[in-house]
Amino acid sequence: MKQLLSGNEALARGMYEGGVTLAVGYPGTPSTEILENCAKHYKDAFRCEWAPNEKVALEVAAGAAMAGARACVTMKHVGLNVAADPLLSIAYTGTPGALVVIVADDPGMHSSQNEQDSRHYARLAKVPVLEPADSAEARDFLKKAFEISETYRTPVILRTSTRVSHSRSLVELGERQMPDREIGFQKDPKNCVLIPAFARQRRLVVEERLQQIQADNSDKWGINRIEKGSEKLGIVTEGIAYQYVKEVFPEASVLKLGCAWPLPEKLIREFADSVEKVLVVEEVEDFTEVNMKAAGIACEGKKYVPNIGELSADVLRASKAKMEGTEYQPCASCQNMADAPLPNRPPTLCAGCPHRGIFYALKKFDVDVVGDIGCYSLGVQPPLSALDTIICMGTGFSMAHGMAQSGQKRKVVGVLGDSTFFHSGITGLLNIAWNKANCTVIVLDNRITAMTGHQDNPGTGQTLMGEASDAADIAAIGKACGMKNIAEFDPLNFEETTAILKKSTESDEPWLLISKSPCVLIMKERVGNVRSIDPEKCKNCRVCVKTGCPAIECTDKNKPTINPLSCNGCSLCNQVCKFGAISE
Amino acid sequence: MNKTTSIVLAGVGGQGILLASEILAKAAGFAGFDVKTNEVHGMAQRGGSVIGQIRYGEKVFSPLVSKGEATVLMSLERIEALRYADFLSPDGLAVVNSQVIIPTTVSSGSAVYPENAKEILKQSFKHLVYLDANRIAQELGNPKCANVVLLGALSTKLENLTPEIWEQAIRECVKPKFIDLNITAFQTGAKAPSEL
Ligand SMILES: Cc1ncc(C[n+]2csc(CCOP(=O)(O)OP(=O)(O)O)c2C)c(N)n1
Repeated sequence: MKQLLSGNEALARGMYEGGVTLAVGYPGTPSTEILENCAKHYKDAFRCEWAPNEKVALEVAAGAAMAGARACVTMKHVGLNVAADPLLSIAYTGTPGALVVIVADDPGMHSSQNEQDSRHYARLAKVPVLEPADSAEARDFLKKAFEISETYRTPVILRTSTRVSHSRSLVELGERQMPDREIGFQKDPKNCVLIPAFARQRRLVVEERLQQIQADNSDKWGINRIEKGSEKLGIVTEGIAYQYVKEVFPEASVLKLGCAWPLPEKLIREFADSVEKVLVVEEVEDFTEVNMKAAGIACEGKKYVPNIGELSADVLRASKAKMEGTEYQPCASCQNMADAPLPNRPPTLCAGCPHRGIFYALKKFDVDVVGDIGCYSLGVQPPLSALDTIICMGTGFSMAHGMAQSGQKRKVVGVLGDSTFFHSGITGLLNIAWNKANCTVIVLDNRITAMTGHQDNPGTGQTLMGEASDAADIAAIGKACGMKNIAEFDPLNFEETTAILKKSTESDEPWLLISKSPCVLIMKERVGNVRSIDPEKCKNCRVCVKTGCPAIECTDKNKPTINPLSCNGCSLCNQVCKFGAISE
Repeated sequence: MNKTTSIVLAGVGGQGILLASEILAKAAGFAGFDVKTNEVHGMAQRGGSVIGQIRYGEKVFSPLVSKGEATVLMSLERIEALRYADFLSPDGLAVVNSQVIIPTTVSSGSAVYPENAKEILKQSFKHLVYLDANRIAQELGNPKCANVVLLGALSTKLENLTPEIWEQAIRECVKPKFIDLNITAFQTGAKAPSEL
């Protein structure tokens, strides 16, 4: 019977059916559930591991593939930037076993800091990229990717996206099939050692390989398909965009690319010759359009289809109208939206979140706060408005360093979370200690990778497969890096937090602070007893509201009240109330 | 031409849209339809406004619902229904829980929560079921099944899914000890007045 699987569940299934023996990754929306599902359903069949970051993850997978195993690595699009170094060189050696890099793009930036299009990495690394359009294809293409990787001795990128990864559709399950060979590294220096003399030889191989792949992508793989329709319009499309094309252009002829790079030039040319005009519909960049134009195939694409944000059937209807020179009436039939302006409802730090304590305290200091990516990014929203920059993982420490060394007068504080510290904060800290950057850096240690849905990391004392492990000690790492001033504190203790912030920011030496308090969502019980506000004692000064706690509710008319269903009893409101109006 | 049925579920991150979406998708699958769903994961879940989308029919392409296309719009929080009102088709049904969750933007004074939300809902939706699902769920013994009460109300509009199929889907999606509770919650919701 068919099962309803998300794209990410289907990718985990593909690893199982495809005979993978090692799956590695670093969490990141929308890729995270791939490995989570491996651990949930298939951990008896193969090993799966979180790595501290994507570069390490890709290298671990490459090691397994070097030994002849089938290996997969998963990450979100920006993770591939971190892993780009090993990718671009392992592309030269290739591996005897399959190496498939699953990368999840996030068009529309639902949960990301940028909208990069990972297909560019396929071109840069000279490796093929496969793009499934639903869950069944996700499973099938992954298995195909193993074959391609082994046949041509090349890493393969499988690009998914938010709407493929997080949509469910029906998949007919298959059996697990192991490759028929023994796993074990075969010494082969000419093909595995990239000293310049050997690398130059491999450089030639890479080019030949790409040409062969390009030819076979047109003729042999059966991964691209033509759906014959009207001769008036032919649409070249790939990934999730195909689904929208089928809704909006039901009459058109469609060439659905499963592998858009290297461009299946011969096939596309045949298709283009069979129709009057060609439209390219691809999400985000004009990648395929440019490649087609470079190959001399006439087409149009981004002239009508937006290159910013994600596509949808509605977006394509507007493109279609533009192309046909008609006026697009967005949802002419639908009911009028209510005229009343609706309050925004952005995501917020949870009630009882320990990050709130440190951000509320930081507001009392005249400092620049260099932030990072994690749940604490939510501290940017008013009323906390606590972070001044957020760029990419690791910058919380290294950019704080640079700002402190810039010659500016104001004191700099850098913050990042425990998972981010292990990901790319340690090198920044080492640099702060080494070059003596006069800044205070804080690890928001909530003992989990919270933002992406609570994954283990080197500090949690447990692996993805549930094995006990030794928890890395952040203070000890700081000491080993050469930090002289290290202090741990409880961020939900307002007085203690303020005191240590004062001491460290007034000092002229680098400080490492560790804010220790677990994420409320992983705690079995409330932090403390539910609080309530005594309306008699409350002067409606709204200091408690300034903590930004979602459990504290008020409107312009009433005094604040605490919603007992949401309150986690962290007591921060209690500590900041000057009138003693809040109690258990 | 387009025989695909589309449903939009709206609410606040953490309210239980995922379970409702799963039951609905399973039911459509049991009825022999092609099904696609889309859910929000990641950043938007931390108390933000979220939607789930379900589409089923003979052959479904896009997992996303187009504007003006949904047969039913179900909302676990009263004003979230308004945020996604434009997904609903002109004769579609809105099933709205009367629960209020004040966003932090309102508490901090930078926005206002519409006081007359119920009136606005009545004006906005030709077919509206407005009910206090939390109270009904509480009376049935567990406030957590409010989402299934609403699902029951929603089911009245989806004639191609029979009560037996719904029951089978609920059985597959909830823990054994909660099956009876959820089936009762569903049936109670299905009996809710069809219009106010
Ligand atoms: C290079 C890269 N990989 C992954 C992500 C996705 N991501 C965003 S925040 C985060 C981890 C946050 O964990 P932590 O630092 O412990 O903070 P918390 O959310 O627990 O507060 C991850 C994995 C990313 N943005 N960039």
